[in-house]
Amino acid sequence: MTAPAEADVLIIGGGGAGCSAALHLARRGARVVLLERGLVGSQASGANYGGVRQQGRHPAELPIARRAHALWRRLPELIGTDCEFVQTGHLKLARDEAEAAELLAYLEVAASHGLRLEFLEGPALRRRFPWLGPAVLAGSFAPEDGSANPRLLSPALARAARQAGATLLEQAAVTNCRPDGDGFVVETATRRFRAARLLNTAGFWGGQVAAWFGEPVPIRPHTPNMMVTEPIPYAIAPNVGVAGGNVYLRQIPRGNVIIGGGHGVGDPAVPVSRPLAQVTLRAMRRAAMLVPALEGVSVIRSWSGIDGMMPDKLPVVGPSGTTPGLFHAFGFSGHGFQLGPAIGAILCELALDGRTETPLEGLSIRRFLAPRGVTPA
Amino acid sequence: MRVAVVGAGPAGVRAVEQLVRAGVRPLWLDEAPDGGGRIYQRPPAGFVRGARALYGLEARKARAVHATLDALKPLADWQPNTLAWDIGADPRLLHTLREGRAEAHGFDAAILCTGAMDRIMPLPGWTLPGVTTLGGAQIALKAQGCAIGRCVAFLGSGPLLWLAAYQYMKAGATVAAVLDTTPFAAKARALAGLPHDPATLAKGLYYVARLRAAGILVAEGVTPLAIEGDGERGVSALHWRDSSGRERWLDCDAVGLGWGVRPELQLADLAGVPIRFDAVQHNWVPERDAMGRTPLPGIYLAGDGAGIGGADVAEMTGACAAQALLADAGLRTEARLTRRLQGRLRRQARFRAALDRAFPFPAHLAAAMPDETILCRCEAVTAGELRAAATPEGPHGAAPEVNRAKAFTRIGMGRCQGRVCGMAAAEVLAARLGRGVAEIGRLRGQAPVKPLPIMAAPAGEDAA
Repeated sequence: MTAPAEADVLIIGGGGAGCSAALHLARRGARVVLLERGLVGSQASGANYGGVRQQGRHPAELPIARRAHALWRRLPELIGTDCEFVQTGHLKLARDEAEAAELLAYLEVAASHGLRLEFLEGPALRRRFPWLGPAVLAGSFAPEDGSANPRLLSPALARAARQAGATLLEQAAVTNCRPDGDGFVVETATRRFRAARLLNTAGFWGGQVAAWFGEPVPIRPHTPNMMVTEPIPYAIAPNVGVAGGNVYLRQIPRGNVIIGGGHGVGDPAVPVSRPLAQVTLRAMRRAAMLVPALEGVSVIRSWSGIDGMMPDKLPVVGPSGTTPGLFHAFGFSGHGFQLGPAIGAILCELALDGRTETPLEGLSIRRFLAPRGVTPA
Repeated sequence: MRVAVVGAGPAGVRAVEQLVRAGVRPLWLDEAPDGGGRIYQRPPAGFVRGARALYGLEARKARAVHATLDALKPLADWQPNTLAWDIGADPRLLHTLREGRAEAHGFDAAILCTGAMDRIMPLPGWTLPGVTTLGGAQIALKAQGCAIGRCVAFLGSGPLLWLAAYQYMKAGATVAAVLDTTPFAAKARALAGLPHDPATLAKGLYYVARLRAAGILVAEGVTPLAIEGDGERGVSALHWRDSSGRERWLDCDAVGLGWGVRPELQLADLAGVPIRFDAVQHNWVPERDAMGRTPLPGIYLAGDGAGIGGADVAEMTGACAAQALLADAGLRTEARLTRRLQGRLRRQARFRAALDRAFPFPAHLAAAMPDETILCRCEAVTAGELRAAATPEGPHGAAPEVNRAKAFTRIGMGRCQGRVCGMAAAEVLAARLGRGVAEIGRLRGQAPVKPLPIMAAPAGEDAA
């Protein structure tokens, strides 16, 4: 192999986070090379539900979600397309008293982060959303939230990054990766690259990258079970979820209703994933309990993809605990789509400035580096 | 041992026949009310047209398959009107939809006989009322005893083109013309391989001769240009160019079109059977050996769903797949039968290869398809929109393969999930990118195989 190609920043993984990082870095003039094993946005970033939601997020994630929200609204000026982002609001529902109590408890968390929520129950809820079924007791509405088309975001970010001068290589799986002096060397089957900074945005496989640098984490594959119905007249405006999260649905203006809930199966080594029929049927039934009009509608397609799930359901975001110059953003645990645009901006700041304005407390990889024999809190 | 057989066409019937002989009582399901498959489709109860009228020269075979089917029903767990909408290879579960309810069936081995579907090359106007596939035109005649129009033009290539036109003529419909996109010379070259099955060849020549003798316009090497008409009244004419380059118009009120068939392989795909592109068939086909064994233990394939061979081959591959299953399970097999069938299948394969060369899929028409032609009729995606997705200037960059193009344009995302337009879409994309269609890929299989009503999901089991 010839001498490695030099760059300022190398990125492993072309999902929403990696493509966004490439874009921000290239716009600040950095020489960026992104390596993606398949096509950009093939796994979690492309196969997810498409929720663009701040409501219900853990306080540790909310500052990133708030920053992402501002970027989502500016997508057309940033990348020339809105990726079908619409602010329809996000309606989180309760089907029993315990779930209603969970919604009420979150109102305070939201308020402390400047996120406006509206709690609705009884006739007021049904007047506002007449398609809800009798199983629903209460709801919490977040007017700023919405949804977007996950199939479009990563490719659109990638195209904008390329236009800004970044090099994004697809079908380029990383085979080896190691520190090299005060930088890093990353290899694919046919090429070698060297840079002073390395970003790990490899989703589930980010756990492998972290392990290469001596900081393994307890990550496991997460394969959301997704489906879509035939088109029906447009009626369900908001993105709909439930406390506990075992079903979620949204309707697009074309008329199709996208429904998720539960997990399929997958093998990250291939990689391959698929929904499970039993899980699909269960989510169908739960969706029809929220919106009884769905009873007569048919599901036409189902799918899954592979994300990384952390034990505390929070991503790893921030500097490496072992290796200066390495920055992680992986293991988004099923809620990375909305965060992606902001993660890119944050990684760009970390890589070029060594600091970011966005608080990352609680997301560091150090939380998994417990001393031997001690269980992390 | 729990054995499932999907499909009760010629392949499924002969598979179940072998299983029952060996003492196995399989779960046997079929989408139709009374089996028979597409080729030997049975009319609804109460229809009185006889086998000779329905199946013509194939009446004897149709009667034999139907008689065997009826005799086997009590010896199997027979489930008609049942869709297999998903299958899992680990654990082995077959997911069905019957009488509006979803059910799951565990199995140790399964034979999938899922049949074939028409291959379509869209042209302007193909979504007008009055246009159906050749297979659809045939089903209308066989199942319902009605024609797709009063004055029907047949367009495409392949044995079914001539057969469907002949059947319509016999049934009393006016056949406006038979327009074959394959030039005579191409067929003549390939015919050199055909005498491996002189009976089939003779039948083909018979149909052509009878159509010509009836004074019906028969043209070869044509280029279809458009189907004309409007949404209210349907088809009014077919616009085409003859082999000498002259543009012509043909008055008609219906068009049956198709270019051969392709395997319906979603179920094999969902089971995890590897799928490869067969350049001679110009089809994606599931991997299997001569006996119908796939690389997945317990999954066997037979009939056109395992690779196009036609009805006679389907009967033979059905019996072979059952023999393979019995052998693998250590049950009683019939070695002599298997040897005899394998010999006949080898001869048939040579015949089929010649047939595929004689009637190629008109991939060349994809490059010339006008931009405004609707390609995906479920989602109203035009050829031009698909081509735009192949260029780097679009807001999402270029789609290098068909699934990414689907993600950008919604092509193949409708009710049919690309079963109708998928092949042609791949050709249009391949032509625009200047690459082979095998590299462009195929729309990946995604459950359900056909739409699954939400109310089919069983209640209970922590539904809350």
